[in-house]
Amino acid sequence: MIKVKNLTKNYGEQKAVDNISFEVKTGEILGFLGPNGAGKTTTMRIITCYMPPNSGTVEIDGKNIFDDSLSIRKKIGYLPENAPLYMDMNTIDYLYFVMGLRGVSKKDYQKRLKDIIEICGLGSEIHKDIGELSKGFRQRVGLAQALIHEPEILILDEPTLGLDPNQIVEIRNMIKELGKEKTVILSTHILPEVEATCGRVLIINEGKIVADGTPEQLQKGFKGKEKIYIEIKSEEDVISKLKGLPGVEKVDFTAPDENDIKKLSIECRKGVDLREKIFNFSVENKWIILEMRREEKSLEEIFRLLTQSN
Amino acid sequence: MTRNIWTICKKEFRSYFNSPAAYIVLTIFLLLTGWFFFSDFFIVNQASLRGLFGIVPFIFMFFAPAITMRLIAEEKKSGTIEVLVTLPVKDSEIILGKFLASFFLLSIAVLLTLFYPLFLSATGKFDFGSVFGGYLGLILSGCCFLSIGLFSSSLTQNQIVAFILGFVIIFVLMILDKVLFFFPGFLGFVFQYLSVGYHSSNLGRGVIDSRDLVYYFSIIFFFLVLGIKALESRRWR
Repeated sequence: MIKVKNLTKNYGEQKAVDNISFEVKTGEILGFLGPNGAGKTTTMRIITCYMPPNSGTVEIDGKNIFDDSLSIRKKIGYLPENAPLYMDMNTIDYLYFVMGLRGVSKKDYQKRLKDIIEICGLGSEIHKDIGELSKGFRQRVGLAQALIHEPEILILDEPTLGLDPNQIVEIRNMIKELGKEKTVILSTHILPEVEATCGRVLIINEGKIVADGTPEQLQKGFKGKEKIYIEIKSEEDVISKLKGLPGVEKVDFTAPDENDIKKLSIECRKGVDLREKIFNFSVENKWIILEMRREEKSLEEIFRLLTQSN
Repeated sequence: MTRNIWTICKKEFRSYFNSPAAYIVLTIFLLLTGWFFFSDFFIVNQASLRGLFGIVPFIFMFFAPAITMRLIAEEKKSGTIEVLVTLPVKDSEIILGKFLASFFLLSIAVLLTLFYPLFLSATGKFDFGSVFGGYLGLILSGCCFLSIGLFSSSLTQNQIVAFILGFVIIFVLMILDKVLFFFPGFLGFVFQYLSVGYHSSNLGRGVIDSRDLVYYFSIIFFFLVLGIKALESRRWR
């Protein structure tokens, strides 16, 4: 259980984090979402005891970051942004080094090492110098470092930064798997990532929390006008006829029509589902419907809505 | 506590030898000491190491900041400090571990010069007491310089700045007893006590006095504490 209360952090005049409060329950995967410079990294650095806040506290299982810094750090596995590592060190030596400082007992070394190599898929690269590894493998070593002591809490700052699409999917699955038993906080500005991995989303902008909930809740909460995408094959002037339908507010081409195939997006009044009517209307007019789907407001749009208006 | 210090020390000591840095520094150290030892050995015609003990602290003036400049500045620059200090490790353990690693490298350099007393003992009778005292003085002044270098490294993320800063502080401590004629009476006495050269020459005569030992250990302690404070400063509000 992580409790963040009235956290504020200033860098000079600038407020990086502005009086934010939230809680994370054990076993939750919390996605920290926000544009660059919104205060995600700063918040994580405060939770991991890297830097103190100007005011406010963080409590983890009843212990706070000022008085019990050491015991809190024992519980946390932390992957900072860009996975900083010692480039001149051998990968396996580095993992031994971290295990040593993490207080893993010597007799568990081999088992942990074997587990972590498998979880992070480090097998082939384990004897190379970290400096020789590709960006993706460095990220994995960073993750291995954060996981090797089996922490209760995982804090990952942009864990998929700089990875290729295959690796991103792998890391996401890994995080999901880990999130079954651990509390995970991850930050990102990539939206599909949040939808794919997180049980709960916290959108933060200019140091303030602007939205908090499951991805579904956020989508419902911000649902505005219904949008329908449709492809119709017809020679007629489809647009002006569709505009006559009750409930329709706006009709636009989404692409220039070719061979009489018209690609349209229809905006309807809030809370009205017009798909059935449009279907029947098309049949009456003998238009051929090639495709029709309701467009949901994506997290992406919500994100833009929340972080741009301010 | 000791386990963490030892883990950090081992890692740092190894990384000296992962790059050519340690080999280069050791080679230059041996070349310089060898040259200074033999350049006047046949002229003086004595089985004495006095000349060597006089010159090595000046070599350490460069040597110590060179091997400590990387220790913390590099971690700050590459961001690895963020991982290191969020591990359950005390800041004092980090500083002590790194200090110990640089101490071992310096000890290797000093041990390699043991060739000279061995060589001397074959050529004539010489005073073991003064050699022992001289070596103790070398190691202790080396440790002072290392703690100063480490402190400088913890102030900046630029290795060059760390080197220059460390060098300047050491330089001031070294020349204090050479400029005493500027300072009359009591002040002169204080400055003489503060200078490294004064104490190492005492030990070089084979006189192991607790006043000198207290001096060395206080300087080392003082700069190590400053280093720990500098590392902790990110937690100040």
